[in-house]
Amino acid sequence: MLNITLEKRPSDSKAMSYLSPLFAILLTLVSGGLLFAFLGQDPFHALYTFFIAPLTDVYGWTELGVKVAPLTLCAMGLMLCFKAKIWNIGAEGQFIIGGLGGGYIALELIAAEGAWVLPCVLFFGTLSGLLWGALTALLKTRFHANEILTTIMLNYIALNWLLYGVHVPLKDPDGFNFPESALFSDFATLPALSDDYRLNISIFFALFAVAAIWALMSKTLLGFQISVLGEDKSAARFAGFKEKRLIWFALLTCGALAGLAGVCEVTGTVGQLNPYIAPGYGYAAIIVVFLGRMHPVGIVFASMLLALTYMGGEMAQMDLSLPKSLTGLFQGMLLFYLLACDLLISYRIVRKPAVRMINSSSNPAQA
Amino acid sequence: MDFELFTNILYATLRTGTPLILIALGEMVCEKSGVLNLGQEGMVLMGAALGFIAAVITGHAGLGIIAAIMAGMMMSLLFAFLSVTLVSNQVATGLALTIFGIGLSGFLGAGYVGMAIDGIAAFPIPFLSDIPFIGAVLFSHDPLVYLSWLMFGLIFYCFRSTRLGLTIRAVGENPEAANAIGIPVMKVRYGAILFGGAMSGLAGAYLSLVYTPMWSEGMSAGRGWIALALVVFASWKAERILLGAYLFGAASIMHLVLQGLGFEASPNLLAMLPYGATIIVLVIIASDAAKAKLSTPLALGQPYRPQV
Repeated sequence: MLNITLEKRPSDSKAMSYLSPLFAILLTLVSGGLLFAFLGQDPFHALYTFFIAPLTDVYGWTELGVKVAPLTLCAMGLMLCFKAKIWNIGAEGQFIIGGLGGGYIALELIAAEGAWVLPCVLFFGTLSGLLWGALTALLKTRFHANEILTTIMLNYIALNWLLYGVHVPLKDPDGFNFPESALFSDFATLPALSDDYRLNISIFFALFAVAAIWALMSKTLLGFQISVLGEDKSAARFAGFKEKRLIWFALLTCGALAGLAGVCEVTGTVGQLNPYIAPGYGYAAIIVVFLGRMHPVGIVFASMLLALTYMGGEMAQMDLSLPKSLTGLFQGMLLFYLLACDLLISYRIVRKPAVRMINSSSNPAQA
Repeated sequence: MDFELFTNILYATLRTGTPLILIALGEMVCEKSGVLNLGQEGMVLMGAALGFIAAVITGHAGLGIIAAIMAGMMMSLLFAFLSVTLVSNQVATGLALTIFGIGLSGFLGAGYVGMAIDGIAAFPIPFLSDIPFIGAVLFSHDPLVYLSWLMFGLIFYCFRSTRLGLTIRAVGENPEAANAIGIPVMKVRYGAILFGGAMSGLAGAYLSLVYTPMWSEGMSAGRGWIALALVVFASWKAERILLGAYLFGAASIMHLVLQGLGFEASPNLLAMLPYGATIIVLVIIASDAAKAKLSTPLALGQPYRPQV
């Protein structure tokens, strides 16, 4: 065995909690380079294609924004839950239901005209996501069901609702039997910032959410209570915080934000309902929250990095003919390295003291 | 309902339940040693992808199965290193393993989507399969179904009457005490996690080589997660896992039943059934929280490092 061991630090290292994501990114890049080399690509050229080439023009940056908006919205909601140690994995399902609910209203109002149509669609999309989040809250507070499993099951159920929707009731009657809805009217379409780009006003919703959640967590009693609930449940109970109410609040807010992200995606970027409206933003947002150190500003940067992995995957597919699923691979590696590096927050690597050697023969558990 | 349809439904129920049994039995052993591995879904997918790839390349489904088991074990080794050696948070590490497994399997299998292989054929057991009804339902399956019964028997026996079973349980109930009497806690946990990985890999092979002989991204469709719920539902008892898995198997093939009865229903709506059933099961388990607590391994989810 190596002659080193882990030793618990007297207190957690703050510097390490900021350095750890950087280490993780570095390790991901190195592993990525090795992987590209193994696949017979020039590793530097491939890494350039994946991580830099997508951002070499203004269009690239606007496309980054197209993906940052939903990621940030989902991540801000998840952050609230994770702060309270509620393991909500359900942003993906809430995103889908938000898109489906908003999309349904947009299709109902397809002949309607007026400026009221879009707010109405956005409202119902957000509400749908919120109600889907409420299901988790109900299952957790009323029935004490494990939220990791319920949210994942609800994600699969949400996806099947979407598939049912586009295959049967919401299918475009003039769509040559493709499983997709009609295109939404202009009045139900999220305005783009400019005619040349796909970036739409949902980026402002995301920035507003960042500011609002930041203010909530650092300036209000409610935010404080959520943090305490996550840090020490018994302290929260002792202080008389209403635990169930906090859980409801966190899950409903997350549902609403993810739902908003979903309805913005269908009314802005996609323009209709189809089976592919959710490219896994809800799952990627989990990585965003951990990578962003559960802090609003960190989350914005982490969203940009994760958004970049989506663009890099597309770029690698086009320029290097590598599979697009590189995206998921890079995301998974990033999270794994992050968890490993996070150990350095509360442990440090030290050389094994000589005494260990004598002990270890009598105590096989240390081998 | 006519007799032949009934036979077919029972036959399909056993087939559909098999991957769940394999995953849940592996996870049960892992949890008995005090480790909660939420990475089942990722390990199953890696098993399915590598099993299929190996079967295509070598032309032998048997080698595919071995590759799948190895893939599951490699993934679980990653998890074991992080969660046991580096004492990371088991929930977060398990989630990471799933996300990583989905990504890696999608990447590795990208060139194999849409390919078809022969898969593993059914192996009717001589004489037994000739028994009317029972033979058709129980003894006309592929070898992996029989293997799942064998594994069930071994694990049932292991925890009921062997020293090994007792050791694993001791580690999961009270690692400090187990360490004090000289049980190598870390090694036992490594072993249990690796066993869980092997079983999940095998379940993956079942999906991509037997159940639907093909590879598609995310083809396990949440079975790894359903199996996790199943372990709790079964209160960590092998015989209840067997029963639970077949109940879920039945819920997953409701479309066959309804079609047989002459109903028309959307396949997407029926696909929700196993997930909905899982939620209902979770609610039922939690409503009896006191009883569930009794059977939960005491040290489940708690990292342990022996003191110097």
